[in-house]
Amino acid sequence: MIRLEKRPQPSQLWTYLTPVLAVLLTMIAGGALFAFLGKDPFEAIRTIFWDPLFSEFAFYYRPQLLVKGAPLVLIAIGLSLGFRAGIWNIGAEGQYIVGAICGAGVALALYPMEAFWLFPAMVIAGALGGMLWAMIPALLKVKFGTNEILVSLMLVYVAENLLASMAVGLLKNPEGFGFPGSRNLQQYPSAHNAELITGSGMHWGVVAALIAVIFAYVLLNRHMLGFHIRLTGEAPRAARFAGVRPARLILFCLGTSGALAGMAGLFEVSGPSGQIGIDFGSGYGFTAIIVAFLGRLHPVGILLAGGLMALTYIGGEIAQSNLGLPSSAIQLFQGMLLFFLLAVDVLTNFRIRLTNKAEVA
Amino acid sequence: MGTLLSLRGLTKAYPGVIANSDVSFDIQEGEVHALLGENGAGKSTLVKMIYGLVKPDSGQMTLRGQPYAPAEPRMARASGVAMVFQHFSLFEALNVAENIALGMENPPKMRDLAARIKDVSETYGLPLDPYRTVGDLSAGERQRVEIIRCLLQDPRLLIMDEPTSVLTPQEVDILFQTLRKLTAEGVAILYISHKLEEIRTLCDTATILRLGKKVGTCIPREVSARDMAEMMVGTTLHVPERAGGDLGPVLLELTDLSVKSPSEFGTSLKGITLQVRSGEVLGLGGVAGNGQDELLAALSGEILTTPNTVVMEGQPIGALGPTARRKLGLLTAPEERLGHAAAPDMSLTENALLTGSVRQGLESNGFLKWTKTREFAEEIIAKFDVRTPGPGNAARSLSGGNLQKFVIGREVLQLPTVLVVNQPTWGVDAAAATSIRQALLDLAAGGTAVIVISQDLDELMEISDHFGALNEGRLSDIRPARGLTVDEIGLMMGGAHGMEVAHV
Repeated sequence: MIRLEKRPQPSQLWTYLTPVLAVLLTMIAGGALFAFLGKDPFEAIRTIFWDPLFSEFAFYYRPQLLVKGAPLVLIAIGLSLGFRAGIWNIGAEGQYIVGAICGAGVALALYPMEAFWLFPAMVIAGALGGMLWAMIPALLKVKFGTNEILVSLMLVYVAENLLASMAVGLLKNPEGFGFPGSRNLQQYPSAHNAELITGSGMHWGVVAALIAVIFAYVLLNRHMLGFHIRLTGEAPRAARFAGVRPARLILFCLGTSGALAGMAGLFEVSGPSGQIGIDFGSGYGFTAIIVAFLGRLHPVGILLAGGLMALTYIGGEIAQSNLGLPSSAIQLFQGMLLFFLLAVDVLTNFRIRLTNKAEVA
Repeated sequence: MGTLLSLRGLTKAYPGVIANSDVSFDIQEGEVHALLGENGAGKSTLVKMIYGLVKPDSGQMTLRGQPYAPAEPRMARASGVAMVFQHFSLFEALNVAENIALGMENPPKMRDLAARIKDVSETYGLPLDPYRTVGDLSAGERQRVEIIRCLLQDPRLLIMDEPTSVLTPQEVDILFQTLRKLTAEGVAILYISHKLEEIRTLCDTATILRLGKKVGTCIPREVSARDMAEMMVGTTLHVPERAGGDLGPVLLELTDLSVKSPSEFGTSLKGITLQVRSGEVLGLGGVAGNGQDELLAALSGEILTTPNTVVMEGQPIGALGPTARRKLGLLTAPEERLGHAAAPDMSLTENALLTGSVRQGLESNGFLKWTKTREFAEEIIAKFDVRTPGPGNAARSLSGGNLQKFVIGREVLQLPTVLVVNQPTWGVDAAAATSIRQALLDLAAGGTAVIVISQDLDELMEISDHFGALNEGRLSDIRPARGLTVDEIGLMMGGAHGMEVAHV
């Protein structure tokens, strides 16, 4: 009989090993899935994990890694702060969309004025937009005790409809021959979030993501607020005993994650995407949840996990076009990663013991 | 009368710890046999083997000369062994008879059962209405339900695990009368406790366990409590000493403090008024669940009130949170160690920061000074003899007693103006309990006002200058502790909570 025995304290070794084990298990189960779909599992796994980095077309894919990874890391860092404290913001996708609308709205309102301060103003507007959207579940939770998971998640669908309305209404390109979508910010120099080094994929969003990683690291390890965040997550009663005010923490965590998600949306709309369109929402806000957990809610871990997740995105696209894998299979593959991670996570706190016979305790 | 149960060489090992090693003793018919030992001495494992909950690794038991090896509690009950657990397993929404029927193999008709319950309860002086809902009963009355449930099986051996921990002295008296009636009929009672005076009044024989081994047998009436304690601990005990100086000015004052409990099953505080002076130890007794947790929360700042109900050195602080109160020198240590006083998965260093940040200067502008924090944790570990490999270990890896020393030490070393502790020595071994009490007395001698909330009356009598008791959220009059009789204390705690002895 297999028995789980609680460890006296969480295993350091397994804390680092479980993400690796989860990736390996995902490869095996994913390979089996691809085999059932009639594809060569080894080729599919190689296409997803190897080709984006080392194939002959890697020069094209590598910058994409930064472009895809940056919003994931930026959003996941914000989410991880709340997750550490047991505050579950599931609606980053909505905050991402609203941030993009607000940031792009500033630019579109001032078009075609050129000014050095325009882009910083857009970043601030994007962050504020995301933050305000996240304040809805935060205030409802503080005032009425509503569940932030449900409220933030439902607000994603509200945001998506708001986006659609903006794309065909208020923000529609007046010179766009009636097609839905705003002006392309890539053609508006002051508002364009251009590559900092041509061909590298490096844009301001990447810089912001790296700053966020450092900021979160310092906050969690060196600052009282970070200590209170961790304490609240681990022992809520002890946190109140230590003097933490839960309401403040809820506002801070949801506000920060919303602001970072909003910024991610702004960097995307003013850079790689270029315009507010009906299909602007790309699921980064949801994938970032996986990234946050895959990275163990640790800032450096999230940086690595964001890279890995970007890899599966790009690799998945290559596999779709080269091997004809359905996109739903790729999404399933990414979901498996979170599934396996949560499953093997039990090893951090428990050890497995094999016993010969059942024992009545 | 002959030997009822005899144990020979019982041994049980768990991974990393030997719970019982080669334990042998006999229980005679009609005797009250005490099983005595500190926390972790192996008392629970031993009775679990007798009750069929745990199988011994080696050794034999014989019951009235027949080999006895119960594979499960049902077999133990069939052989006439019954057990009253420390924690009751009753459904609050059902009535007494229904609760008892649930535990029976073939329950009779409810009316017959009710009649039998009435019958048994009156015979043994445990009046109980079979149709009352358990949720309305006091702790003492709930224990009666458990005892009657056992008596209905006609047991030959009744095991009782710390039965008096939830009772007032008056209720203890009633229980003892019942137990004596049972022994007069030849029933043997195995009585687990670490309350020595109780054992001296009630028990005929005592077996003493230490670290899983039997270290002695004695006749409690003929031995002093101190000698038994020393057999239990294995070393000479040192009784806390107090300087006994004069009391200074009033440091903390509560005026008509009424607070609704934040939890649904908690007890609301009603009009609590008290004062503590510099150099004073105020002991607050009372049966668990009578407002102790709520009072501590109202003092720590976890529950806020109107400013003037809590006044410290002339300053109204009722509306201040925990951090502000710590800054003023009002420190607290709650009863629940894991999850309230300390975060289980965090290291001792991080747990030192939990309450120590303000007074020890462990942060500047919000940034943490980890080196200084670790030094503070190391100081607590050294001065309070906390057994742990180091400050990097998680709080939950410590034994209960060691963590308690850490939690108390953390507050004591911050030199509080007023210190409030709830159950300071709960689950701590006797030697450590003595050193914790000494630390509290030393603080008081240095001019701190100390409030000790505890359910251990011996402890409160040992260290308090004044004594009061909590009963259903109200505080009794506060009286000088010296000269209080057990009867008076019992009445302050609310007497027998509506219970009475049947006169048969």
